[in-house]
Amino acid sequence: MKYIDEFRDGDTARLLAGLIHKEVSPDRNYRLMEFCGGHTHAIFRFGIVDLMPENVRFVHGPGCPVCVLPAGRIEAAIRLAESSDIILCTYADLMRVPAGKKDSLHKARARGADIRMIYSATDALAIAQANPERQVVFFAIGFETTTPPTAAVIRIAAAMALTNFTVFCNHVLTPPAMAHILASGEASIDGILGPSHVSTIIGSQAYADCCAQYRMPLVIAGFEPVDVIQSTLLLIRQINEGIHRVENQYTRAVSASGNRKAKALMDEIFELRPRFEWRGLGELPDSALAIRHTYAAFDAEKRFHMAPVTTTDIKGCICPAVLRGVSNPDECKLFGTVCTPEEPKGACMVSSEGACAAYYSYGRFRAEVTS
Amino acid sequence: MCLAVPARVEALDEATAMAVVSLDGIRKEVSTQLLEQVAIGDYVLIHVGFALERIDPVEAAKTLALFAELRAMDGNA
Repeated sequence: MKYIDEFRDGDTARLLAGLIHKEVSPDRNYRLMEFCGGHTHAIFRFGIVDLMPENVRFVHGPGCPVCVLPAGRIEAAIRLAESSDIILCTYADLMRVPAGKKDSLHKARARGADIRMIYSATDALAIAQANPERQVVFFAIGFETTTPPTAAVIRIAAAMALTNFTVFCNHVLTPPAMAHILASGEASIDGILGPSHVSTIIGSQAYADCCAQYRMPLVIAGFEPVDVIQSTLLLIRQINEGIHRVENQYTRAVSASGNRKAKALMDEIFELRPRFEWRGLGELPDSALAIRHTYAAFDAEKRFHMAPVTTTDIKGCICPAVLRGVSNPDECKLFGTVCTPEEPKGACMVSSEGACAAYYSYGRFRAEVTS
Repeated sequence: MCLAVPARVEALDEATAMAVVSLDGIRKEVSTQLLEQVAIGDYVLIHVGFALERIDPVEAAKTLALFAELRAMDGNA
């Protein structure tokens, strides 16, 4: 497939990995955070970890939207779906994420709530048009990549003057989360592999302040394995030279200023939430989006007076530390025994992008093989 | 969740801002309303039923040329 196969070429990958081996300094460690869950999976699925020298370590970041969504938001959606005759639509990733008291959207659906999995935000809109007598709520999650489609359907719903369509908005922003992780310093990282498609929307300039303030090298990387390895090489070169700048490896899809049309649309529909809770990172200021007052008629939190819900995470689950880049999934007592993709206890084991799911799917026998 | 796949634009309907794209023979209808410009034959990144951005063929070729150079150097070594 064009633009995929070329960037999965094994010979190129090995040559780039060879350069990494040649250029790393043996007297230091390189701790590189891949912000995105998509990169975590590429690193494990394509065996990139095994191509790296011992002293190059990948630290997994919080870039998995279902992983960072606190259980209380899911609990709030379940309560809404069970208390009134609404149709709740959501992306499949969210269905099995544990909410409070071992509950999930999947289980709520089994109990009879009308919860539907959709592929696109436009599917939720179509369901609303097909069911004019019922209220349809789109449970929207995602980073900047997934936000413009949500903005687009809200604008369409407004143009059509739909009265039975609202959005439960949980969209979050990448730069504030990155800044938080760098400010805390607890993950002790030397460089960042920057997001692919978040950057397609927000542009490479969006990280300039954060990198300058924390003197952090950052390379925006495509999701294919050769992209990831080349970006790792570029990061190692920056670290060796003692410089820190925003570099863009994924030039075929990322520009300095991003997608202007998508950004303008997001700005029209959404505004910053003063505070939003992230699983693992806690409450972060100006880190998430809410629907603007002009479009309040499409805001599920306002229409249904949704009250904030707080829940406690499962005892023993170290998802929060994994999301901050402080712990690895296999350090968790529940990993692979109590908590598996079939019966997940923590969000990071559910999502196909979660770090725990990546370790489980591609790396759970690694320790046995290498020891 | 932020995965997006490159697919070729096969047909365009400017009135509805929709396109038919093809990924290795799989055809799908997607929205092009996030794009400033798009033409038949372009490759676009598809995410949740929307085209997020055009793939810049010149930039892609530059990256691939770099890899080709690397392989050629290795062949001569």
